[in-house]
Amino acid sequence: MIKNIFRNFVSGSATRPYPIEVRPGFKDARGELANKIGECTLCGICARKCPSQCITVSRKDQYWEVDPFSCVYCGICVEACPQNCLLHYAEHRKPARKKSGLLLNKNESPKLTVVSENR
Amino acid sequence: MSKTIVPFGPQHPVLPEPIHLSLTVEDEIVKEAVPAFGYVHRGLEKLAEKRDFHQMIQVVERVCGICSMIHAMCYCQGLETLMNVDVPRRGQFLRVIWSELHRIHSHLLWLGLYADAFGFESVFMQFWKIRERIMDINEATAGNRVIVSVNQVGGVRRDLSPSKCEWILAELAHVEQEMKDLESTMLNNYTVKKRTVGKGVLTQEAAYELGAAGPTLRASGIAQDMRQLAYEAFDELDFAPVVETGGDAYARGVVRFRETFQSIDLVRQAIARMPQGDTFVKVKGKPEGEVVQRVEQPRGECLYYIKANKTKFLDRLRIRTPTFANIPPLAAMLPGMELADVPVLILSIDPCISCTER
Amino acid sequence: METLDITKETLIAECRRLKSDGYRFVTITCLETGETTLELIYHFDRDLELVHYRMQVLKNDPMPSLSPLFFAAFLVENEIYDQFGVKFTDLVLDFGGTLYLDDDDDITATPFCKFGVKQAEKPSGQGRE
Repeated sequence: MIKNIFRNFVSGSATRPYPIEVRPGFKDARGELANKIGECTLCGICARKCPSQCITVSRKDQYWEVDPFSCVYCGICVEACPQNCLLHYAEHRKPARKKSGLLLNKNESPKLTVVSENR
Repeated sequence: MSKTIVPFGPQHPVLPEPIHLSLTVEDEIVKEAVPAFGYVHRGLEKLAEKRDFHQMIQVVERVCGICSMIHAMCYCQGLETLMNVDVPRRGQFLRVIWSELHRIHSHLLWLGLYADAFGFESVFMQFWKIRERIMDINEATAGNRVIVSVNQVGGVRRDLSPSKCEWILAELAHVEQEMKDLESTMLNNYTVKKRTVGKGVLTQEAAYELGAAGPTLRASGIAQDMRQLAYEAFDELDFAPVVETGGDAYARGVVRFRETFQSIDLVRQAIARMPQGDTFVKVKGKPEGEVVQRVEQPRGECLYYIKANKTKFLDRLRIRTPTFANIPPLAAMLPGMELADVPVLILSIDPCISCTER
Repeated sequence: METLDITKETLIAECRRLKSDGYRFVTITCLETGETTLELIYHFDRDLELVHYRMQVLKNDPMPSLSPLFFAAFLVENEIYDQFGVKFTDLVLDFGGTLYLDDDDDITATPFCKFGVKQAEKPSGQGRE
């Protein structure tokens, strides 16, 4: 243990000064979930397969919504998508002050929403 | 010589898990211990009626955060037996690699908490620093740090490229060297021995009869490990259970320390012998019948009973986790010990209350 | 998975024989098979081999407990009482329905049963989904 202590004194700190310095994510890590809404056909397979039921798809109103605070980042939707338009970034979603969902509409710009209670 | 009843837990600075013990003490010697839990019951077995059997993999992984991949592996093995699916050989080797990595990081976590229980906070930090390497391996290969969703019915969802395998071997060499540096601190130290040798002795007959599981059983001299059942790729790997005969808290520490080295060796063997091929097979249809499946988790023997009736929801999913089996031995080993030994003894069985209560 | 059938009367004698043969108690599984029936499956182990015993039980029927023979059985029998409502007699350590819930919680349902069970001592309640 003495050798360990000396080595720790001489080498740098073992922790990073987060959030000033952020570790880049690993290439295959499952970070934030995103959808290339231009290619999405709103088939709804991702919403059916999701274990935590965090995706809502509406063909009538042409939108795809995810609740990133209920998502468990398992990647099942990404594998199930027939168009391959869902993907995980390598970086994780940033912390936020309020929980909000991400709504991607095919005809409008993306916006943050209040997460609907009836899931 | 009056008796006092000391309520220990569920919130306590030295207790890592929300278990409650009513200790009847007489002058600092514990006379009787009655366990009680129920603080983190989530009813996950009942959720099998609301989520279909593919989505249940994600639910079952969350029974315990530390042995999560092994829970999912046992569940998938049970369903594969029911649906007559053979996992390809490469998929079996990959499952062995990830489950042994889970065992390494679970034992490192435990060693840190154990050192913290008798006040060695620096050693606690050192062990968790070593553990960060395994967490990075998890994130880079399987996708997430703690709850790696890498199992599916029929195989695994990710593959390991040769460059990743080499990187894993390099990291494990660092882990092994760093653990050897800390070996004399944990196993040959005068203070550690004074606090753990001779405490909480479970004789061989008592451990067998009370149904102890895992290192608690193997530290009392019984060589029983579910990996001897040769599931997955364990039939091709050289493996023998790690056994000690002391039966006290020190012997359990030695068993887990040596099991970490054994797991590093198993990962090396698995990477060397892994064949090329597919990692999964496509599975269609619904399961029917009932099956009992057992695996060896870091904490002991875990039993899954699955009953299915050809619909997409399972009829009954019953999980018997190792800490559930280790609580009666805990209640039997506490009488006669001093009050200050209680946290060390609770930690020596490696409690995981989220597993126990599901 | 093969199981052997057993009845309430022969249970204790069979378990005594298993214990003297060197078997170890693993766990008990309880499942609901109908509106008034339950099934209890006992799992025992020796040298990595499992044997299973199956017993059909009516709801609200008291059962003999294995805890005088196998001390480790008291925990799982208390849990089955909390979840399914099966009362075990001669339990070595009886929590009386408070293993998962507190004493002052006034819940009388047996949540794992799809069909409700009327508890004997407390006012009747329906099984929750």
